[in-house]
Amino acid sequence: MGHRTPLYDAHLAAGGKMVDFGGWDMPIHYGSQLEEHHAVRQHAGAFDVSHMTVVDVTGSDARAYLRHLLANDIDKVKAGRAIYTCMLNERGGVVDDLIVYKGDNDYRLVVNCATREKDLDWMEKQAGGFAVDIHERPDLAMIAVQGPEARAILEKVLCEAGAKAVAGLPFFGFEYVGEWLIARTGYTGEDGAEIILPGHKAEDLWQRLVDAGVRPTGLGARDTLRLEAGLNLYGNDMDEDITPWEAGLGWTVALDDAERDFVGRAALEKQKTEGHRQLLGLVLEGKGVLRAHQGVHVPGGSVGPDGEITSGTYSPTLGKAVALARLPAGTTGTVEVEIRNKRLNAQVVRAPFVRNGKATYKPL
Amino acid sequence: MSEIPADLRYRDSHEWVRVEDDIAVVGISDHAQDAMGDLVFVELPEEGVVFAAGDEAGVVESVKAASDIYAPVSGEVVAVNEALEDEPELVNNEPYAGGWLFKIKMADSGELKEMLTADQYQEQIDSE
Repeated sequence: MGHRTPLYDAHLAAGGKMVDFGGWDMPIHYGSQLEEHHAVRQHAGAFDVSHMTVVDVTGSDARAYLRHLLANDIDKVKAGRAIYTCMLNERGGVVDDLIVYKGDNDYRLVVNCATREKDLDWMEKQAGGFAVDIHERPDLAMIAVQGPEARAILEKVLCEAGAKAVAGLPFFGFEYVGEWLIARTGYTGEDGAEIILPGHKAEDLWQRLVDAGVRPTGLGARDTLRLEAGLNLYGNDMDEDITPWEAGLGWTVALDDAERDFVGRAALEKQKTEGHRQLLGLVLEGKGVLRAHQGVHVPGGSVGPDGEITSGTYSPTLGKAVALARLPAGTTGTVEVEIRNKRLNAQVVRAPFVRNGKATYKPL
Repeated sequence: MSEIPADLRYRDSHEWVRVEDDIAVVGISDHAQDAMGDLVFVELPEEGVVFAAGDEAGVVESVKAASDIYAPVSGEVVAVNEALEDEPELVNNEPYAGGWLFKIKMADSGELKEMLTADQYQEQIDSE
């Protein structure tokens, strides 16, 4: 038996098909992954993401510590905003990707569940010499409500202060309402919110959302939604041997402050001058499904594959297969993907594939 | 509980066969479609291809995974379910009816005896 979130019984009652996910028993779907996917693109869906690891960082050196630990610069945003970033090893490889919710003198980090132990070890190791307290919060649950109707429904379901917060938040803004953190963030390419709340309150909120017409949505649809939105998945699209440059995450690396010596900076600066592969989008032209680890051949390339798909799926919104692939820098036009000993044409595109329910990809 | 019609024969890789004279109609079981989840693509053999029992004959792909389909009996493919090209979800909705995959003209109907009965297939699923 794996770990269970406070919503485990609610998932079973809703017909959730439970699978092991990084040591947690989580719903992969509740009957139809495709219908759940469409519900989020067209209406609203709720995800239990309580398996993710919440870590509070406080102390007089919290700011200096996070500016050392993280590739993005928390000084770029003001208190009350979230920032997406990687933490890197000395080689510039990605230890994990995470969200930081920046408070006045406190920071809440949400890291991946599969990397929990190594992340906490790494954060402790990097804390030497800093006056910080790193405090995991297993008492908290997390529910994501995503879709074009998500915020309007939340305004009806939450208490008055919560409703006011949801209505007024800018993109990537957040507010504490009592013990609840309400943020306009997500992992689907739709508008919506993520709510971090005490575990014993989670089932009540979940039920109120379902009663208001929000569809319980499993991890299966979470993956197809994030991939359509061109959002990376740790372990697929990047890992400890891949730098942000090679993972389409250059926009999360802050080099502006030359004085800021974050972990991995030297390696990143070196790779930036030497050149590197790129993570690009692919759209399959014919029938079939793109999958992780399929080889990609570029025109005039070598005999073996020149690149590899890191995440691939059938896009329910577009009705065709899409993927993220690590390819030689500057690849454009049409490439060939190896699918079961055949080579099928795919178009190289700039992700995201879908945002706010609409196709958004651009041919490269 | 998934449906396992008593009048069909099954393969341990979850294909079913329904015999219509010397023709074997082939599909995948209710249990298999449920385990795969929503199907989005079905790759079928070409008519006229000759298989030996156990040959790879096609692929069904759901949003999460691809799964090979094996020919349960030897013989020539005489029909494929072209409706699946646009409606692969038929395999989910009607695994034993509109979701059939292809038909084989059997070279040796004795091979059917090698296949699992409904009870034996149920036992196999229970032990998985």
